[in-house]
Amino acid sequence: MKLRNWNIGFWLLIALGAVWFVPFVWMLVTAFRPKQEALSASFSFNFTLDNFATVWSGAPFAQYFINTVVIVVGILAVQILTVTMAAFAFARLDFAWKNVVFLLFLAQIMIPADVLIFPNYNVLSELSLLDTKLGIMIPYFASAFGIFLLRQMFMTIPPELDEAARVEGYSRWRILWKIYFPLARPAYIAFGLVSVSYHWNNFLWPLIVTNSVENRPLTVGLAIFAQSFETGAQWTEVSAATLIVVAPLMLGFLFFQRQFMNGFIHSGIK
Amino acid sequence: MGRLRMRWKTNAFAWLLLLPSLVFLFLFTFYPIAKTIRLSLYEADLATPVPMFAGVDNYVRMLGDEVFAKVMVNNALFALGVVPTSIALALLMAIFANKAIRGTSFMRTAFFYPTLIPMIAVANIWLFIYTPKYGLLDRAMQSLNVGEINWLGSPDYVMWAMIFMMIWKEAGYLMIFYLAGMQNIPPDLYESAQMDGVSSWTIFRKITFPLLMPTTLFVSIIALTNAFKLVDHLFVMTKGGPNNASSLLLYYIYETAFSFWDQGMASALTLVMIVVLLLFAALNFFGLDKKIHYH
Repeated sequence: MKLRNWNIGFWLLIALGAVWFVPFVWMLVTAFRPKQEALSASFSFNFTLDNFATVWSGAPFAQYFINTVVIVVGILAVQILTVTMAAFAFARLDFAWKNVVFLLFLAQIMIPADVLIFPNYNVLSELSLLDTKLGIMIPYFASAFGIFLLRQMFMTIPPELDEAARVEGYSRWRILWKIYFPLARPAYIAFGLVSVSYHWNNFLWPLIVTNSVENRPLTVGLAIFAQSFETGAQWTEVSAATLIVVAPLMLGFLFFQRQFMNGFIHSGIK
Repeated sequence: MGRLRMRWKTNAFAWLLLLPSLVFLFLFTFYPIAKTIRLSLYEADLATPVPMFAGVDNYVRMLGDEVFAKVMVNNALFALGVVPTSIALALLMAIFANKAIRGTSFMRTAFFYPTLIPMIAVANIWLFIYTPKYGLLDRAMQSLNVGEINWLGSPDYVMWAMIFMMIWKEAGYLMIFYLAGMQNIPPDLYESAQMDGVSSWTIFRKITFPLLMPTTLFVSIIALTNAFKLVDHLFVMTKGGPNNASSLLLYYIYETAFSFWDQGMASALTLVMIVVLLLFAALNFFGLDKKIHYH
């Protein structure tokens, strides 16, 4: 009896998992359907790539794609530098005001830049960085989440390694980059996946900051594309465009499932 | 003497390491917050190009603003609709996805993948589901002959539509925290319970659920914060309508700042948002106390 209850619950959840796939499959199918048939009630087995051709030529998605890649890579590159340095200070050095500075970084986690859209828009305009890729990236160059994650990782590295390296004549700066940096690889992978997914998907801030095709990322481009039609008129094309935006992360997730989930487990860090 | 020099050197090195992060932290967290507080005390809109000190005028105006009240109630309802359900679902998903049997990797994938889809794409996808006549939901309802509902066009249903979509997006993300939390429960607890013939419901009630309490608290804070932070979908789906029925605080801040250009009011609203987020953070601190007592 107990076993049967268990099985019913299990199958219900499998069914729920199938339901969870429905929205994605619905979009996937629509993206490959001929335009005239997508709205008809009956189903047929006609599929086409026309929608992708229309999207790719009808809106500058290639440019948006490049912009997103530049923004995502740029943010991650700077973050790795700033985060590694700060994390080492917190993990291995004793300095004045350490706890106070730690609390300052905690504030960034409690009040993320996402909600400071209006004041940060003003800061960006003071820096004359409106409508630039740097403007989209710069608020994220310091990452408290990354610092805390790396700090935890650094603290697990045995301090004897430092001493041995010190005897060899390594400076602390060299110890950081030659010993800590390579040893903390799993933490960098976790942080990298979260950072890339977050900024690939970010919408509100780039929407406010950008005003030109040269700087707009995919998400903003997608929103503009979707809104340029009357509801329902261009479903197949909008689905195709949505798929283009979503595909890279979905493919990455398909191949590196475990790493993605492990990475996001850390994303809730406090 | 040597020790003092060493100490000084360590301090200087530490601060140099922190400097890049601190510069950006101040520039995009503390400086803007300070600016927000100041500007919220000024009248600064299209009619007053040079900001004029106005004391608490903006806040008084805010309290009398029907849209502000509406937006706050909406956001509270949105959080109430999304948070408990997604947490319950996440826990359920984790319990089954944690078993080492076939089908669990399918479940993990199915529940987690929405986490990686941008809100703006989620909005597009669900637009095709909610649209009257041609949307997936209406087609399903037509075939069952239960009439049709304009999910996004009716003030009565639009919030439900948003809540359901958000649960779909978020439950799998919360699930992974439970999966992580379950790794910390010693397996011999289950073994001895099973040996004593305790039912699985009792095991859940007496072992799993209480031991996962810290995770539940932690996950609640994340979900609550997200309910106030995520508004991207509104840009594509409803623009806050109909008649502000689906508008949320952050979206209202966006409108006030970038559609109405009322900078004083936008600052005051941003400050409300900051206070709300700090309240959630405080909840976390008090909750952490409990966690220590528990152990």
